[in-house]
Amino acid sequence: MTTVDWTRKTAAQMAAALKAGEVTSVELTQAHLDRIAAVDGPVHAFLHLDPEGALETARKVDEDRAAGVELPALAGVPVAVKDVLVTEGLPTTAGSRILEGWIPPYDSTVSANLKAARMPILGKTNMDEFAMGSSTEHSGYGPTHNPWDLDRIPGGSGGGSAAALAAFEAPLAIGSDTGGSIRQPASVTATVGVKPTYGGVSRYGAIALASSLDQLGPCGRTVLDTAMLHEVMGGHDEKDATSLDEPVPACVDAAMQGATKDLTGVKVGVIKELSGSSDDGGEGYQAGVKQRFEESLERLKAMGAEIVEVSCPSFEYALAAYYLILPSEASSNLAKFDSVRFGLRVEKDTVEKTMLATRAEGFGDEAKRRIILGTYALSAGYYDAYYGSAQKVRTLIQRDFAAAFEQADVLVSPTTPTTPFKLGERLDDPLAMYLNDVATIPANLAGIPGMSLPSGLAPEDGLPVGFQILAPAHEDARLYRVGAALEASLTEEWGGALSAQAPELEVAG
Amino acid sequence: MSSLERSDVARLAALARIDMTDDDLDRLSGQLSAIVDAVAKVAEVAGTDVPATSHPIPMSNVHRPDEVRPSLPQDRALAAAPEAEDGRFRVPQILGEEA
Repeated sequence: MTTVDWTRKTAAQMAAALKAGEVTSVELTQAHLDRIAAVDGPVHAFLHLDPEGALETARKVDEDRAAGVELPALAGVPVAVKDVLVTEGLPTTAGSRILEGWIPPYDSTVSANLKAARMPILGKTNMDEFAMGSSTEHSGYGPTHNPWDLDRIPGGSGGGSAAALAAFEAPLAIGSDTGGSIRQPASVTATVGVKPTYGGVSRYGAIALASSLDQLGPCGRTVLDTAMLHEVMGGHDEKDATSLDEPVPACVDAAMQGATKDLTGVKVGVIKELSGSSDDGGEGYQAGVKQRFEESLERLKAMGAEIVEVSCPSFEYALAAYYLILPSEASSNLAKFDSVRFGLRVEKDTVEKTMLATRAEGFGDEAKRRIILGTYALSAGYYDAYYGSAQKVRTLIQRDFAAAFEQADVLVSPTTPTTPFKLGERLDDPLAMYLNDVATIPANLAGIPGMSLPSGLAPEDGLPVGFQILAPAHEDARLYRVGAALEASLTEEWGGALSAQAPELEVAG
Repeated sequence: MSSLERSDVARLAALARIDMTDDDLDRLSGQLSAIVDAVAKVAEVAGTDVPATSHPIPMSNVHRPDEVRPSLPQDRALAAAPEAEDGRFRVPQILGEEA
């Protein structure tokens, strides 16, 4: 018997081992289910598990492999799915009590893609209610805890997916990113997350938060693993009118090219306003975050990249524009939770009173805040000043990016200004919570792709720091080339992935 | 621009069909007012010469052929409804007694 701990391998290694017959998908899937049973109590990355479904998929993959059937690259490699995606027959709540117990009657395109790729779905991961938050503390089902320090936030809204990766409960996970919900959790858990170009991954069957900002994307522990999942998720889908009708970017090839550590001719633009430099809002940036960022720039330079500074002056207004556009769209999207067709109903004598009572009980405080804010921003008399102005800021931000990408192939910044803070620390101060996303939001407003990958631990607290890479729309592959190069350079020094340095979690008896 | 008053929040909550207790209003009004004050700065740079962007990657006239395709069967569409009757969603009475 082998004593290999498969949960510690990368998805690429798992795929290769499956192909070589060194392990079966049932063994891999069971190893992850066992790991979840052992550590997920205190981590709480998962809202629902589907051991039977996952093992059934695994068994069929093993049978087909034994019979010599040709299989997709990730066939048999398990995956965790953020609870924002509807999954036929598997409970889906988007982290909200208003959808408690709802079993969707259909599959989202991405869950259908995962099934077509023959990947066992382990379960659904925790998230802030309807993806509104940066800490998972707004989940209707209790927060997820960061595996690096269980007293700290795992980021949000996709904290469940990121924590599942960091705790070795899953090798791959699905996320959604409206203002940083893939990248900020990746940053604070020392994992990798990518927000593709808007429209690059179908949103059919993704429970909508803000339709002009939302994008689904891949999460992994390595850049190559994330690239492999990206290629499974992406592609045109006529069920989503915003889906891009173009081929999926060659993410895997780009990651492999990047791993050769040659960035000759690549121009990397440091966004002055987001880099934490002392003359531009540097006061919010933690010292260790700045240090690891600057060290990463040196590494890129050593691999042949040219570093230039770019300025994006309108980014100062991005957070304000985002917190008008997002609530406006959310207030409209969440109108469907009305007690009629699905979800919670708090019965009263008329339908209107029933709706009032249902939405009061079913939504948490953050959802209520944002619905009211959006209702206000869209109301007659205020529309031009708020929503209209925010849409103009969006144009200014796009112009800033366009000018910056004239000077550089990719843009970089720290993903988030600090390492993970303590659970509860910002819960009663929404504005402080919103500041987590100051560096990730501009990409959503402009629709461009972005990646976060680990750049080290902050010396002062030993907690993960993330490095953000942004590319022009449709150029997702650039993220993987530059990201894989930086990762290769860093892991050489670390002697392996940063995720391996996470403290051992206590295993349930 | 002025901050949101407690009475504004109560009116907006009614428009958004969310019942709010006095406690809810006390808790949320101050927070919402602070958020509104913070986001109002967008007006500083939104000149009349700047066009609005509603959608990050512009696309227009996204159509598919207008043909009948299989859709969700009625029983499955109704399966998760709080209440259904005769193949329809059932709701409490729509108009009040006085209507």
